[in-house]
Amino acid sequence: MGTVLNVLRRSTLARHTAAALAAIVALYFLTTAVGPYRDLQIAQAAYLTCAVAGLTVLTGLGGQISLGHGAFMAVGAYTAVLVIGHWGWPLAAVLAAAAGVTAVAGVVVGAVAARLHGPYLAGATLAFAVGLPGLANYKPLTDELGGQNGLTLVPPIPPAGLGETFPLERWQSWIACLGAVITLFLLGNLVRGRFGRTLRASRDDEIAAALSGVRVARLRITATVVSAAAAGLGGGLLAVVATLAAPGAFPLTLSLQLIAAIIIGGLGSLPGAVWGALILVYVPTWASDLSTSSGFSHNIASNLPLAIYGLVLIVVTLAFPRGLQGGLRDIGGAVRRRARKRRDPAPGPRASTSGPTTTHPGGADEATPDQAGARPDDRGDAGGRGERLRR
Amino acid sequence: MVRFINLTLAGITSGVVFAAVALALVLIWRSTRIVNFAQGGMLMFTTFLAWSVIDRGGSYWLALGVALASGLVLGAVIERVAVRPVENKPPLNAVIVTLGLFVLLQASAGMIWGDTPHSYPPAFTIKGLSVGGTRLLLSPFDLFVIGAVAAVMMLLTLLFVRTDLGLRLRASAFAPEIARLQGVRVGRMLTLGWALAALVGSLAGVLIAPSVFVGPAQFDSMLVFGFTAAVIGGLDSPAGAVVGGLLLGCALSYVSGYVSSDLVTFGALAALITVLMIRPSGLFTASTGRRV
Repeated sequence: MGTVLNVLRRSTLARHTAAALAAIVALYFLTTAVGPYRDLQIAQAAYLTCAVAGLTVLTGLGGQISLGHGAFMAVGAYTAVLVIGHWGWPLAAVLAAAAGVTAVAGVVVGAVAARLHGPYLAGATLAFAVGLPGLANYKPLTDELGGQNGLTLVPPIPPAGLGETFPLERWQSWIACLGAVITLFLLGNLVRGRFGRTLRASRDDEIAAALSGVRVARLRITATVVSAAAAGLGGGLLAVVATLAAPGAFPLTLSLQLIAAIIIGGLGSLPGAVWGALILVYVPTWASDLSTSSGFSHNIASNLPLAIYGLVLIVVTLAFPRGLQGGLRDIGGAVRRRARKRRDPAPGPRASTSGPTTTHPGGADEATPDQAGARPDDRGDAGGRGERLRR
Repeated sequence: MVRFINLTLAGITSGVVFAAVALALVLIWRSTRIVNFAQGGMLMFTTFLAWSVIDRGGSYWLALGVALASGLVLGAVIERVAVRPVENKPPLNAVIVTLGLFVLLQASAGMIWGDTPHSYPPAFTIKGLSVGGTRLLLSPFDLFVIGAVAAVMMLLTLLFVRTDLGLRLRASAFAPEIARLQGVRVGRMLTLGWALAALVGSLAGVLIAPSVFVGPAQFDSMLVFGFTAAVIGGLDSPAGAVVGGLLLGCALSYVSGYVSSDLVTFGALAALITVLMIRPSGLFTASTGRRV
């Protein structure tokens, strides 16, 4: 037991593999225990997790805001439907194609975005999110893309080995969950390595990073490509789960919801991305339940989730800049410190190494999400390890 | 040739509206270094208020007055409550807060008035004027649109250049610390700046409402057009915003007339990317150094 823990502590890859396997087992039991409706919700949370995790890497770790991830999801979804419709590839290849084509779109957007900062970048990606879905209505493309009604997809058939009565929703949620776990696994390894380190460096101080030999522009393009591929996979999974790709499914508010999700989850935290995606799925359900029980009109019920996201974006940025995951980390850190103090009152060598990292050296700029986002990750090497295992 | 003239005229009409939205963005950018992504939502909300006045039987002019007044109030309230805490913070904070406001306004409008778009009457007929037997794409209402935006811009210029208040507004945007030392209430000036910007935005909303209809998501593209126009002009220059708006209006009108009206927002995206690639700080600003 001790050696297993030791291996996990030393090797990031082993730890992430273990976490991915544990997640797959947990999701297997979860999806088989619940009904088709919940399965569908889990599938939705899973494909949103892909997109939110991609955006977390770009915005949280790279400091590049993107309001265009809804459009990337649209690219992925349309690719998936077109590939299935024209060539009938197997599902795994279809989803890989969705991620691949979106990555190519990411190269184009990334090349533009790498030159832009702050509000200019936000405005350009906003135009991308508003402009791209309109292409589906362009006359020469309507035959191919189905216009306003979009394209439908034949739902994937569960393998015969699972039995005659195996529900379709469960199969869809398995596909989506597997996609989400793979995405998180790959992104998790990526951001713990050289790529993540240089990306954080370029976010915190672009000029210092460039002076240290980091090719900032190229790095940002790579980050956009990675992020776009994750969003494209999310879009492809959306098409498989919803069996539809239509421009109405990718409004500007979808991109803004993804932003809300990364803010709620805590900028730059991949576990936070899961939180954010779960909230995006469960807030609308909760709002419609609330509306039926208290007799609100349809208008209120359908707009309540958006209102909540808007309020949360404002309130979190103003008052609680580290998001849900950051809050959990704070609580976890406080509990652990108290436990450690009780265990060895005299500060041993272990306590002294983790001391400075947990006491937030740059406490003055607490209220900035892009800098606050740095802290959980920078802390991850010393103080965060035990906590990550516990999760 | 007639077609080209007609498209240009239509482009100028929509261009002045884009210019008004761009001007609203530029006014705020100059004073607080914030791009107000909530502008689309703010002008949508005030236009909805005007629509409900008309829906209750009020006149067009009463509705216009309500829109402008509510724009003033909304701008001031938003600056005081939500934007003041993120001024002088990293730009990402302001972007996220204004996006949050945008989402919140859109959702509130949907809750109050529903998601289906409503039609909005024009002030005058939209039948084109005829000159020498050919009907032009320029109606009395279009002339009113151009005149209204021009009048507001003239008044704003007078306010900023000729009055004591305008001097204080410019001083607090240009050098807030020094202005404060000279006794200017900078905070109040920022609030007033936001209120004025929101007023210009709400005018644009009412003027464009007959062609885009009034609905929670109908004005999303106006934000993109206004931002694009402002970036073409360089975000920092009110005159640039007007020129940018007119250029963008004509360009999009040609796209719509010669290619396809479904490509208009895509055309704006292409124009924005082109400008940002060639001159990232706009066509009308001198290049500035970045401090290390």
